[in-house]
Amino acid sequence: MFSRCRSSLFICMCLLLAGCQREKRDVRPSPTELAVYGNAAKQSTLRPGGPVSPQPVVTNPHNGSGYDISEGQRLYSWYNCNGCHANGGGGIGPPLIKQQWIYGGQPANIFDTIVKGRPNGMPAWGDRIPEYQIWQLVAYVRSMNGHQPTSATPVRPDSIETNPQNLRNRTSGETK
Amino acid sequence: MSWYARAAKLVCFAAFMATLAFCTADVQSVVDPVGPQSGKIAGLWWFFFWLLGAIFLLVMLAALWTLTRPNRGFGQEPLEATHQISEETQNRTRRVVTGATIATVVILFVLIVASVGTGKGISELRNKEGGLTIEVMGIQWWWQITYQTSDSSLGVTTANEIHIPVGRPVQIRGLANDVIHSFWVPNLHGKADLIPSRVNTLWIQADKPGVYRGQCAEFCGLQHAHMIIYVVAETPDKFRVWYDRQLQPAAPPSDPVTQRGQQVFMNNACVYCHQIRGTDAAGQNGPDLTHFGSRLGIAANTVPNTPGNLGGWIADPQSTKPGNHMATIAVNSSDMQPLIDYLESLK
Repeated sequence: MFSRCRSSLFICMCLLLAGCQREKRDVRPSPTELAVYGNAAKQSTLRPGGPVSPQPVVTNPHNGSGYDISEGQRLYSWYNCNGCHANGGGGIGPPLIKQQWIYGGQPANIFDTIVKGRPNGMPAWGDRIPEYQIWQLVAYVRSMNGHQPTSATPVRPDSIETNPQNLRNRTSGETK
Repeated sequence: MSWYARAAKLVCFAAFMATLAFCTADVQSVVDPVGPQSGKIAGLWWFFFWLLGAIFLLVMLAALWTLTRPNRGFGQEPLEATHQISEETQNRTRRVVTGATIATVVILFVLIVASVGTGKGISELRNKEGGLTIEVMGIQWWWQITYQTSDSSLGVTTANEIHIPVGRPVQIRGLANDVIHSFWVPNLHGKADLIPSRVNTLWIQADKPGVYRGQCAEFCGLQHAHMIIYVVAETPDKFRVWYDRQLQPAAPPSDPVTQRGQQVFMNNACVYCHQIRGTDAAGQNGPDLTHFGSRLGIAANTVPNTPGNLGGWIADPQSTKPGNHMATIAVNSSDMQPLIDYLESLK
């Protein structure tokens, strides 16, 4: 009886420790960490010629990190992604909460889309913002579809939703 | 006098002098007031200090005095069970306890009256005519400063540094954009919490020109300790000159090096977060850099504004201020000096 108690306690402790992974963060990212963009993903397995040699799978270094997903969430509005994609539902641009992806929904595909841009309006960000931030955005976009562990997905943004502009107009006597 | 009594006296004296020295330090000090608001607060502080210090001394003396009473021996002190206090002793005890209770209540009331009176005195400062209203917004981890006027074209947005004219009451409207911050410049006023979706107002006035350091006083995350603000109090003429300069958009770069620096700025991620009025850079996420070169510090005054510190800050912001939200971008080594020169030229 006692030993069963002890072993279940041990399992619980292990689970707790495993939960710590979501808080792992790289506090000093290098601006030139990964030089993979341009060929991170293949959109199709079709190719001319002989047998296909297996491609190395590019994985998101920030996968499953709660910190990086919430950073991605912050950057999503800082870099005005929500200007076209709204909060994932789409508008001017296609929705991001979906099962069908025009250019592929794997992390490497989304990375490529952000880096190189796509026809009909998606700008290329590759030479504008650092790659670690692109991966953070990828992590956040993937989390919209439930492709991140729930332990790492934020239920709400770190910041409180306020709109100082509205507040200013509402409470200020001086400005109109 | 024995040697240890002499040593004890010396230690007490040293501690007293150290306390006085601490109290007269003028950087970010409550007891070095430069305006009517902080003057009243400092007055209250010293009133509490002397009154409560005197009470502390009296209580300690009374405690010591009881130790000096002679021991009357076991024979004269009967055991508790059979001990009968004389009528006279009982009356005296009752008088002493009643007196001490009344004195405590009266002293507490005096403190309340002094405290409420100070609060009322502070709230009396109001703007008379042509007032200056400054909006201070706390953001993780810097301050956005907006001078508000009835004519919006005469408003000015800057960061981490408030300039005010001496002798004029200034209204501070405090807001927050993410979490709760607190605006505290001890030489000018007490604290005011900046709360999201609320406006907290306070009035400050500086009577002496100088640079007064303030800090966020409500824990707000990783870099709470490096969220520093300077209030620069100037003569009205100097303030006018500064304000007119701030109204101007950034001057276009004149020499090839700073022109190259501007190109580097415009072609990098800088523009997504920073605004430089008069150029295409219109980002709203980070501090306005229109007159960056005239500011005292970098990264919410974490380090002084020097070309070397600026280079370090751009190349590796996480080293100067770990956890901050500035992106670590790759700038070519040949582009770094033009970029620094350009930003420092934005006077």
